Amino acid sequence: MFEQFDAVMLARIQFAFTISFHFIFPAFSIGLASYLAVLEGLWLKTGKQIYMDLFKYWIKIFAVTFAMGVVSGIVMSYQFGTNWAVFSDKAGPVIGPLMAYEVLTAFFLEAGFLGVMLFGMNKVGKKLHFTATLMVAIGTFISAFWILSVNSWMQTPTGHEIAANGQFVPGDSWWDIVFNPSFPYRLFHTLMATYLTTAFVVGGVGAWHLLKDKTNLHARKMFSMAMWMAALVAPVQIFAGDLHGLNTLEHQPAKVMAMEGHYDSYPDGAPLILFGIPNSEEKRVDYKIEIPKLSSLILKHDLNAPLDGLDTIPDADEPPVGMVFWSFRIMVGIGFAMLGIGLWSLFARYRKTLYDWPLLHKAALVMAPSGFVAVIAGWITTEVGRQPYTVYGLLRTADSVSPLAAPAVAASLVAFIIVYFFVFGAGTWYIMRLMSKAPKIGEKGVKSTETGPVRTAGIAPGPAQKDSPAFEPRPAE
Amino acid sequence: MDLTVIWAFIIAFAVFAYVVMDGFDLGIGIIFPAFEVGDARDQAMNSIAPVWDGNETWLVLGGGGLLAAFPLAYAIILPATYPLIIIMLLGLVFRGVAFEFRWRDPDHRAFWDFAFTAGSFAAAFSQGMILGALLQGVEVADRAYAGSWFDWFTPYTLLTGMGTVAGYALLGATWLIWKTEHGAQDMAYRLAKPAAVVTLALMAAVSLYTPFLDSQYWTRWFEMPNILFAAQVPLLVLILTYFLFRGLHKKQEAAPFLISLGLFFLGMAGLGISMFPYIVPDQITIWDAAVPESSQIFMLVGVAITVPLILVYTGWAYWVFRGKVGTEGYH
Ligand code: HDD
Ligand code: HEM
Ligand code: HEM
Repeated sequence: MFEQFDAVMLARIQFAFTISFHFIFPAFSIGLASYLAVLEGLWLKTGKQIYMDLFKYWIKIFAVTFAMGVVSGIVMSYQFGTNWAVFSDKAGPVIGPLMAYEVLTAFFLEAGFLGVMLFGMNKVGKKLHFTATLMVAIGTFISAFWILSVNSWMQTPTGHEIAANGQFVPGDSWWDIVFNPSFPYRLFHTLMATYLTTAFVVGGVGAWHLLKDKTNLHARKMFSMAMWMAALVAPVQIFAGDLHGLNTLEHQPAKVMAMEGHYDSYPDGAPLILFGIPNSEEKRVDYKIEIPKLSSLILKHDLNAPLDGLDTIPDADEPPVGMVFWSFRIMVGIGFAMLGIGLWSLFARYRKTLYDWPLLHKAALVMAPSGFVAVIAGWITTEVGRQPYTVYGLLRTADSVSPLAAPAVAASLVAFIIVYFFVFGAGTWYIMRLMSKAPKIGEKGVKSTETGPVRTAGIAPGPAQKDSPAFEPRPAE
Repeated sequence: MDLTVIWAFIIAFAVFAYVVMDGFDLGIGIIFPAFEVGDARDQAMNSIAPVWDGNETWLVLGGGGLLAAFPLAYAIILPATYPLIIIMLLGLVFRGVAFEFRWRDPDHRAFWDFAFTAGSFAAAFSQGMILGALLQGVEVADRAYAGSWFDWFTPYTLLTGMGTVAGYALLGATWLIWKTEHGAQDMAYRLAKPAAVVTLALMAAVSLYTPFLDSQYWTRWFEMPNILFAAQVPLLVLILTYFLFRGLHKKQEAAPFLISLGLFFLGMAGLGISMFPYIVPDQITIWDAAVPESSQIFMLVGVAITVPLILVYTGWAYWVFRGKVGTEGYH
């Protein structure tokens, strides 16, 4: 099946495949954990049952998502050693401690409080339960913080020294390693991305139920909340993305050249290529539609600023242009589409037809999965754009790989593909089934089984909740 | 004591915590088919649903910690046992999602129950084989694994694999004795005894086999003054074995589980005696593999602050779900 690839290529495909699958789940669960914390907080504050209903509706979906995020994450933490052994040996002293901090400060926190969050509603008080929800939400943040620090260090390495045995070792200050130049941008941009992803899923589900019954109060509430997020965060995300790009131009100019499709240097003002087909053989973009000088305006804030192209980079150090060019356009296109929906929702609010404008609801429904596409496209831009290096400018991908025979990697890759599509396909199907049910008054938590009489405690521990004080409409003070 | 030794103990602690905590989760998966569909299975699942994720996190700390503290060892052991690691990971995928999916999809519950068992078994067996493969020695050249990709498959590793499966089954059965009641508990009592017998037999077989793998192990165990300490391990195993069977016979509830933990602890101590100070036997010592001091100190600060906190809130989470599970949840 994979005869034409060598072991390095297979290892890259395997890494890209498993990390892409992994990231789908955190992209949703980071945002959803915060959303759940907001819902529970609002419930505690206002005592309105609707917030608890929505909390219980979404926590079932969260439970399934989180489980898939965890199992796919465990795979990631071993991939460095199995497939990138030389990289692990060399970069271990720098990135290892950061990942250890992720385990110590994030994973344990999430996992420790998750059980109480999912199943402990009646075992602990309301405040303590809310604390557990908050801890899980904060844990997902901390997790993103460390892992993105690691990834950013690989993109823009600073603060290290190179030891006699070839290892990267920490220099004087860990601060310089953790807060490397691309990290603040990447952290902010990625967190906003998870919020947008979640907002569009929640909004899409709300829209779907509004299309079926526009009087459904629960659907209205979630649609409205999601559209606020879209309207507020989409512009911020576009702005942050622009800053991120400028930062990349400073530290990884070849990546930006690939994103822009600039094979040639432009001494007096570079055009913005909207579309076209990058042709790396001939080193030009075929059938391109371009706006003169706009690229220089965006990247240098000056219409006539000169911009270098890939002709200034040795061929051996060039990233693949096609993938970077296209994935970047997909991400940016979705970013503007999200902004469009956000603005549209503001207009609908102004016209007082937010819950009564089927076309808007249909558009929101179509956009429901768009966040996932954007985050994966964004990562492809980032990761493919930094090729051919794993530690930018210092360690090549081809020199990072484990001493494994190609058949071993091919076999594991096939196994991952089969298992992931099967298992995560089933999980996605279960999530869609949960979403297709309308949220209702007296929504049951994670514990309820979906079909048939509620015989046992359902999904897991937790006694029958009906007569528990935690489920009275108004929390007693 | 130097920092490298401290780090070796920290990693050993993480591995031990993983082995006993996820050990009983995986063990429940292994013995799951013996339980009747319905009430008994639901009790067994519910007894670990709130804690399995936390338990599994110790595996991430073990692996991540190894990368962080001894990257060279991580970079050699993982490629050396590549197929086993992949099988373990895929096994953990199946058993991890089964917790949620079996409730989400009652029509296919039988399938997800099977996935729970098969995944648990695969993970346990490959973990045991990874340990065996490490103990029997891996080829190293030039800071990298130099063997072929099937070196790990030997009679010895099959033995360590089976030993781990049996040991986890013992932990799982004794945990269920503690946490369940009625039919489920009866079944757990019935399973605990054979599991204990097989575990001890395989432990003995592995212990007898190991010193013959390599002369170094022989030296470490049987020469003065080591033998004075080393001899205590089998002795203590015998004592604990007596109490284990007595506890099972007298239908004690918590004791059998705690004693099984003790047995695992002794197994770990024996392992430590065999390996120290090597991390890849006879090839790489802990000092060869260690990261520079600045990395060690940076992480040690984190460990000193977070691990006590982790133990506190993990303990709290267990406390919240204390007592018998029941089918309706916790009383
Ligand atoms: C902590 C580090 C880290 C993180 C958070 C990510 N990656 Fe990455 N990625 C790597 C570390 C890495 C790597 C180990 O450095 C690889 C393997 C080979 C390579 O060139 O870089 C890599 C390769 C790699 C490739 C193959 C590139 C190529 O072959 O040209 C793709 C498509 C992705 N990754 C995609 C992603 C996505 C979608 C991520 C989002 C979650 C992601 N990566 C996060
Ligand atoms: C190669 C890179 C990565 C590795 C090695 C990795 C590792 C892991 C591991 C081991 C887990 C399971 C933790 C547990 O047992 O509870 C996990 C879950 C998680 N990861 Fe990753 N991860 C990677 C990339 C990312 C990225 C890029 C993000 C976010 C920006 C992220 C965010 C999370 C979150 C929030 C969870 C919790 C589970 C969930 O929300 O679905 N991870 N990851
Ligand atoms: C018009 C809007 C946007 C612009 C200009 C933009 C810009 C960028 C740039 C330049 C990168 C590459 C960073 C690098 O070179 O390392 C990037 C990466 C990324 N983008 Fe965007 N982006 C936009 C919208 C979005 C949206 C809507 C999402 C998701 C909902 C998203 C998610 C991501 C992710 C996850 C990454 C990879 C992580 C990172 O490097 O930050 N982006 N973006």
